[in-house]
Amino acid sequence: MLEYTEKIRETARKLLEEGKVDVFIGYKKGSVPMMNQPVLINNADQVDLLHWDSNCGLNLCNYLTGRTDRIGIVANGCNSRNIVTHITENQIKRDQLYIVGIPCKGIIDHRAVQMAVKQKEILEIKEQGDTFTVKGKDFEETFNIKDYLQRNCSVCTHRNPVISDEMVAPPVEEQIEVDAYKDVKEIEGMDPDKKWNFFTRMIDKCIRCYACRNACPLCYCPTCFVDESKPQWVGKSSDPIDTMTFHILRAYHCAGRCTDCGACERVCPVGIPIRQFTKKLNKDAQELFSWEAGLTLDQRPLLDVFRPDDYNDFIR
Amino acid sequence: MTKKIYTKEEWTEALKGLANTYKIFVPVMEGDFHTFKALDEKKIPDLDFKNTQLSPKSLVYPQSERMFEYTLDENAPDANIIKESEKDYSPQAIVGIRPCDAHAFQIVKPNFDNPEYQDPWWIKRYESTTFVGLGCNDPGPTCFCTSVGGGPFSEKGLDVLLYDLGDTFLVKALTDKGETFLKKTQGGKEADEKALKAGEELAAGAADKIEVKVQTDRLKDKVQTELFDAPFWDDVAFACINCGICTYLCPTCWCFDIQDEVLGKQGDRIRNWDSCMFPLFTLHGSGHNPRSKKVQRVRQRFMHKFKYYVDKYNNGVQCSGCGRCVRNCPVNIDIREICELMNGFLHENQ
Amino acid sequence: MKNPYLPYPVRIDKIITETEDRNLKTFRFVFLNPEDEEKFSYIPGQFAELSIAGKGESPIGIASSPTEKGHVTFTVNKVGLVTTRLHNMKEGDVMGIRGPLGNWYPWKEMEGKNVVIIGGGFAFTTLRSSIIYMLHPENRSRFKDISVVYGARNPGMLLYKDELAEWEQRDDIHMHITVDGTDDPDWKYNIGFVPTITEQKITSADNAIAIVCGPPIMIKFTQPVLEKVGFPPERIILSLEMRMKCGIGMCGRCNIGDKYVCKDGPVFSLAQLKNMPPEY
Repeated sequence: MLEYTEKIRETARKLLEEGKVDVFIGYKKGSVPMMNQPVLINNADQVDLLHWDSNCGLNLCNYLTGRTDRIGIVANGCNSRNIVTHITENQIKRDQLYIVGIPCKGIIDHRAVQMAVKQKEILEIKEQGDTFTVKGKDFEETFNIKDYLQRNCSVCTHRNPVISDEMVAPPVEEQIEVDAYKDVKEIEGMDPDKKWNFFTRMIDKCIRCYACRNACPLCYCPTCFVDESKPQWVGKSSDPIDTMTFHILRAYHCAGRCTDCGACERVCPVGIPIRQFTKKLNKDAQELFSWEAGLTLDQRPLLDVFRPDDYNDFIR
Repeated sequence: MTKKIYTKEEWTEALKGLANTYKIFVPVMEGDFHTFKALDEKKIPDLDFKNTQLSPKSLVYPQSERMFEYTLDENAPDANIIKESEKDYSPQAIVGIRPCDAHAFQIVKPNFDNPEYQDPWWIKRYESTTFVGLGCNDPGPTCFCTSVGGGPFSEKGLDVLLYDLGDTFLVKALTDKGETFLKKTQGGKEADEKALKAGEELAAGAADKIEVKVQTDRLKDKVQTELFDAPFWDDVAFACINCGICTYLCPTCWCFDIQDEVLGKQGDRIRNWDSCMFPLFTLHGSGHNPRSKKVQRVRQRFMHKFKYYVDKYNNGVQCSGCGRCVRNCPVNIDIREICELMNGFLHENQ
Repeated sequence: MKNPYLPYPVRIDKIITETEDRNLKTFRFVFLNPEDEEKFSYIPGQFAELSIAGKGESPIGIASSPTEKGHVTFTVNKVGLVTTRLHNMKEGDVMGIRGPLGNWYPWKEMEGKNVVIIGGGFAFTTLRSSIIYMLHPENRSRFKDISVVYGARNPGMLLYKDELAEWEQRDDIHMHITVDGTDDPDWKYNIGFVPTITEQKITSADNAIAIVCGPPIMIKFTQPVLEKVGFPPERIILSLEMRMKCGIGMCGRCNIGDKYVCKDGPVFSLAQLKNMPPEY
């Protein structure tokens, strides 16, 4: 996806020079391999900072909350769905945005690559077309991007932006034969004790850094429920019950809104597969209410609306 | 001071032999990365590692620690009286700690141990710990210990230093505590001239391998308030998502929170790690928050590490160059770039 | 090793509701172990952490003067978890206090000088401590003229009303009590904001030190008045408020510049504050 960079720079330059936007939010090339840094530019002279490749895995929608200026922003499939959700939830107005749509072929999973080279230190990573080459001090290997996609990207069915003012390239083919919920079904099949143990072991490394929450564009509450003190809902220590409470409740607050962008999993410093919480709720939303978040501006969010034909066996 | 040579197998056996005297912590591979864990039959210590994901600061300064306990039962004679909790300060040894992490403890010490106040838990646990370091033959691309007063074979904060000579370890005692540790360690032979020379060459060569140099020489000369008003903070802070990764992984960060937790009639006063990156950190009871904006918090962290600490303690910068924040910051905010910006900042009259 | 986090157990000896809206109460504590009172010897300007098991701690300025023996007094505003619990406690209840913490007003520099005290609202607590300390027969001669400007929103919100009336009668201290406004026809003192009354009554900075304690807005408008009268920044003393937890300069919360408000403060001169980042 390296080839999109030129087009993004061109578009940003035009937008800033013509005064159509006040700022442009995108990525700039990172200082360590497989990482890129979100950047905000407000001047056409800075457009050469902008960069796009298969390591742009954060969700830029995070930076829209609370802004009142006119913003140009790059957005791939999942990010664009988060923009739709943001607009529907009144966190930003549509007419503030100029969305540069990116038909996304998927983001590279930096942890999988690290494992593939057996944790040796990676000094450089270069992308070319459908492959990427990893170089270290005494090794060099080339891989197919397709084999090292982030887990959410490998099952993504909305790679093209659902909303945009301009696209940097023609749309890519959507993946259709994917079983997005294979892992969820496995967990659903466990008995309650096994399930509890599975989740307890999954989060036992959690250090409550809240990177998952802060990287998530849906988490924009001025005071998160874990930070409330009058009354205090969740303890602040590393107690495993408090940690489980945080993760489960946060997943529920994202129910019907999560676009599976994978930012939470990507940023976790201890490698917890956070999406195991939210994916179950996404599956329920899809199966019980035929709902996928952020597809069009014309829908109200799932938990905002009660349709007469909604699944309602739980109302007794 | 004792200097010995061990083969790598002998060393692992020797550690097992110390199990009754010290609680030994070694790096083990768990999942994708290494952690310091107690020496255990089932886990293989891996001294071939680069560094652990989380710093070993939790072995001296745990993430959550009970300070006091009390009963709220009005019928008890000591109701509402706060009492110290029992602690276990039996001797422990961290084997394989990297010089940057050991140096970090020395950087943190003036905060918890100063003439006016002493933190009993940090100090007692620090004093009961023997630091057996492993020099870095091959510093990584994100390491910059040499720029902040350390080095891949720096002896700061260490009691014993191991040199990995390939098939053997050269083991040097550096302090009395280290001497005691080595006297209790079985096996090994007196180190010969060849081994000592090999160790010296290893150390000299390792420092040269660190390519990235970060300038810190002019930080002391800057005027606090002018550096505070520098124009680059807005750009630096844009990407930050205000999580706690940098502060929790950092071996030199020390901020904490004190909370009371009650279940029924029993309660504890607990100390937990906290982060200046969180918005609530400076929130007053009245609702006023002097650092309510993200840029203020980001600026605070770097100003504290590279300016306020420098001015206050005359002990260098509050960074040991371990590179964890560089590797793990989810938005790739690079502390090396920011330090350069700060060091190179020109005042109006320059 | 003395554990600086361990509070001295105390018993609530007396509770006085100070203000009309009942949000401010004065608590007088007595140490459960008499030898703790010696260990708690303090100097006006310092604060202590009021520690309630099960709730937490709150840093409050000490309102009593060290010349008042046998007890320690604090005036507490009901704001959050700890202070609300404290307000609901009764005389005889047991809790803890930790301290004394922080630095104190610059008594050495104030010797032989005129002292101007300016207080607003319920920040007057450590100023009460200072006034009683200075007026004590053992200490009075160390200081020259003492002038006090103290204001609150209305008469009901003034603290220590009995003591204010007492001090008004004395001739070794000039009291200028004021309220922002009142419709009480019997109000005999001034009416006007603290900065305005300061401008009227404090006319000389000659050999004088000013101590200012109050809400940020009051400090903001009083500062230029004092500077106009001729007080240099080194002789304007302020007491800062900051979010604190440990109170002993370790947890990092109250850090401003290279100072900890709980350890290097809370008392700072304006000259010192001008060299610190304005994050308070």
